[in-house]
Amino acid sequence: MGTPPRTDETHLDRLREDAEPARAGADTAVPPALGPGELLRYAWRQLTSMRTALFLLMLLAVAAVPGSVFPQRDIDPVAVRRYLVEHETAGPWLDRLQVFDVYSSVWFSAIYLLLFVSLVGCVLPRALVHARAVRARPPRTPARLARLPEHRQVAVAAAPADTARAAEEVLRSARFRVDVREEPGGSSAAAERGHHRETGNLVFHLSLVGLLVSVASGSLLGYEGQRLVVEGETFVGVRGDWDSFAAGPWAGEEDVPPFALRLDRMDVEFEEDQASALGQPRLFAADVTYTPRPGAEPRTQTVEVNTPVEDDGVQINLSGNGYAPVLRFTDGQGRVVHTGAVPFLPQNANYDSRGVLKVPDATDASGEQVQLGFQGVFLPTVTRGEDGTPRSIFPGDANPMLALVAYTGDLGLDDGTPQSEYVLDLAGLHAVRGADGRPIGYQLTPGQSVTLPDGLGTLTFEGVTRFASFDVRHTPGQSAALLFSLLATAGLSASLFIPRRRVWVRVRPAAGGSGGAAGGSPGGSTVEVGGLSRGSDAGLAAEVDVVVQRLAERLGEPPGARADGAAPGVGDDGTGNDQARTAAASREST
Amino acid sequence: MSVDENLAGISNVLLYGAMTAYVVAMIAFALDLADGQRTAKGEAARRARLEREAAKAGGAVATLPPPAALARGRRRAAAVATSVLGVAFLLHLGSVVTRGFSVDRVPWGNMFEFAVTGCLVVTGVFLAALVHARRNGFAGGRDLRYLGTFVVGPVLLTLGLALRAWYVEAAELVPALDSYWLIIHVAVAFLASALFTIGFSTTVLQLVQDSRETRQREGRRTGVSFMAALPSAQELERTSARLHAVAFVLWTFTIIAGAIWAQKAWSRYWGWDAKEVWSFVIWVAYAAYLHARATRGWDGRRAAYLSMVGFTCLVANFTIVNIYFVGLHSYAGV
Repeated sequence: MGTPPRTDETHLDRLREDAEPARAGADTAVPPALGPGELLRYAWRQLTSMRTALFLLMLLAVAAVPGSVFPQRDIDPVAVRRYLVEHETAGPWLDRLQVFDVYSSVWFSAIYLLLFVSLVGCVLPRALVHARAVRARPPRTPARLARLPEHRQVAVAAAPADTARAAEEVLRSARFRVDVREEPGGSSAAAERGHHRETGNLVFHLSLVGLLVSVASGSLLGYEGQRLVVEGETFVGVRGDWDSFAAGPWAGEEDVPPFALRLDRMDVEFEEDQASALGQPRLFAADVTYTPRPGAEPRTQTVEVNTPVEDDGVQINLSGNGYAPVLRFTDGQGRVVHTGAVPFLPQNANYDSRGVLKVPDATDASGEQVQLGFQGVFLPTVTRGEDGTPRSIFPGDANPMLALVAYTGDLGLDDGTPQSEYVLDLAGLHAVRGADGRPIGYQLTPGQSVTLPDGLGTLTFEGVTRFASFDVRHTPGQSAALLFSLLATAGLSASLFIPRRRVWVRVRPAAGGSGGAAGGSPGGSTVEVGGLSRGSDAGLAAEVDVVVQRLAERLGEPPGARADGAAPGVGDDGTGNDQARTAAASREST
Repeated sequence: MSVDENLAGISNVLLYGAMTAYVVAMIAFALDLADGQRTAKGEAARRARLEREAAKAGGAVATLPPPAALARGRRRAAAVATSVLGVAFLLHLGSVVTRGFSVDRVPWGNMFEFAVTGCLVVTGVFLAALVHARRNGFAGGRDLRYLGTFVVGPVLLTLGLALRAWYVEAAELVPALDSYWLIIHVAVAFLASALFTIGFSTTVLQLVQDSRETRQREGRRTGVSFMAALPSAQELERTSARLHAVAFVLWTFTIIAGAIWAQKAWSRYWGWDAKEVWSFVIWVAYAAYLHARATRGWDGRRAAYLSMVGFTCLVANFTIVNIYFVGLHSYAGV
């Protein structure tokens, strides 16, 4: 106990250094010729050393940053494609460096895997050391308690044997582990507490490993799918025709339960009154009918942003909404070849929306097969800018308008390549032109119809409904992840806030008394109390004071009456202790 | 539900009142520091004289008063500053509460409100620490009044910035924020940020004090003489470590609460959104700080630099990430 306590308050403190005295040589100098085994040992020691762990931690923080600066494929693939188009030279290089997949990149994975290996390699040996330390007896009472950071000396009237017993009881009731030893001329109790500081530290680090495993299991066994559903439409989970679907390596579409989800109504409200917040969303609520599996009892629920459907490990969230104009197309023969809602995807906060209608099976007035495509924008509350272009000024459908351009030709549906529902492949198409030879821009309000030239047919804008986008996810291991994070927090708190303290109480017959003599009058005892903390510990002085005071109470003597405070001769041991002692003194005087 | 514009107006007036009181409190804290500098110089001169006399008389220096006697008597400026800070806190609290009532929700629905409420928490935590210290007779290195200027200063700066750059009228919440997790997640984030901020101020003082002590040992001019009235660098380091330890646990909880909310709202608990990335970077930076404190050769100044890196990330997370990075957290209307 000769070395002064270091100021480290955190978990990875001297225990670690105690456990690795043998490393000192290996750390500083590499012996000239290392065999493969020794080299491995050397590498392992380096990896599990505190400095390496610290370095890896800093590296991890730095490595995480690019993921917030560059677009990420698994979050916004469109942005990545745009970036690659806009940066012709830098883009491919960044891509090769996996900058668009930072969190699954080789280098990011290498850092955190090394960090976790280092962590396990450090924590497991420490757990063994700790297991031994927990069972070990508190360390022997130092010869000169006066040299400890905290020291009190009191005289009591009780006999040494009684005083020693009382001291032991006091320490035990303060949840110290106590070891009483006989000493020449008296006895001493060595007490220690705060082992769970290290327990907490180990729990924290091992919980991080558990958290990593939970997260990994989620990405291996989980899946996610997105689907846009128009009001009145039903979407079935199993083999559902997803707009997009992604699953971990050990999962697939066949794992999705056969639920059915019908969108009964999509409720949307925007701020209408307050000018400064005009158009801000106020309510997104999807009324749905959910059937867990065929034949099961359907239940109705309102899905909002913060209230998903949760069932059987599957979570269905409302991830977006928009307008779906109801369109009817009657071809040149008078047949209705399309009728129904067509979702238009919102492009901005005022819901300027883009959409496409494909009519592959029409026949024109002359009896020829034609394919038609319409592409345009839906504006829920239209106004005209100064240059006459229409745009939306409010996301609610106060004054809706549909602006479309019609195309004929080859939609490109026949060659089998999958196509987006929301994009026209203009390669085989040409715009329908008016008498002046310019493409015709059709502008329709609900209820209006337009007749296309050349006997192509008639398009009717029947009305407006809404759609909702749903996000269907299964994330196994999320409860485990939560459990491990909470465990980690508890362990962390323990490792930071449980003080590790040692207190020694030495009892000797009072000077001049006849302590040892049987039958003689017990002339009282001298009690010395010393305290030592691992790391800085503002509460150590108070702890020692409490021990002294409780001891006096237990012996039935007036508390503090005969305490003579801090011993002289320890003023040179540091700065903080002076103040701590002053604090103790001031408490005693009150 | 609509917005009570009268109450929102009262909230703004109260905020201006609070800022005035903050200015007064900051000046008083600064005066206290200046006063402490004078006292410390006087005390040093007195000690030198006593030592000379003792040496002349050939006696030991044992009769010198212990360093604890250095503690100044009544610090009037500090007492005034603390009281005015209390007034500022009450006005500020009034402003935040009326803002909340004017829109019938928690007053942290956008960046302006977050900044204003965050500042309130910083002041609140600091005042609570002062009350705690006073109960202990300002003993045991707990007298944090020396920090006053360095806590009120950043608070004023942030409030000014919030009013100038981020002000938005009181309005109802957007649906994405309409969750009780807003209360839990953000409230804990406030506390953590407040403690990180006070911890940062302490760390800056620690580094200044450390340089001063080094120069003093080398017998050079120290320059920043007002620091003489402050605790030693070692004591400042311990205070800052305690603040950071509590803040780190709270930040951990902020991230967990955020993840639970994210699972509810976005159906995944972690998705490397810009805000999540930076919360993680902050966590790792402070974790590195805590580890550095326990690593030989990294404790002291180097660890302090790491905690400052953490704080820089914290500030960047609130400003740069909110304003310039596209992500799921950027609905706040700034």
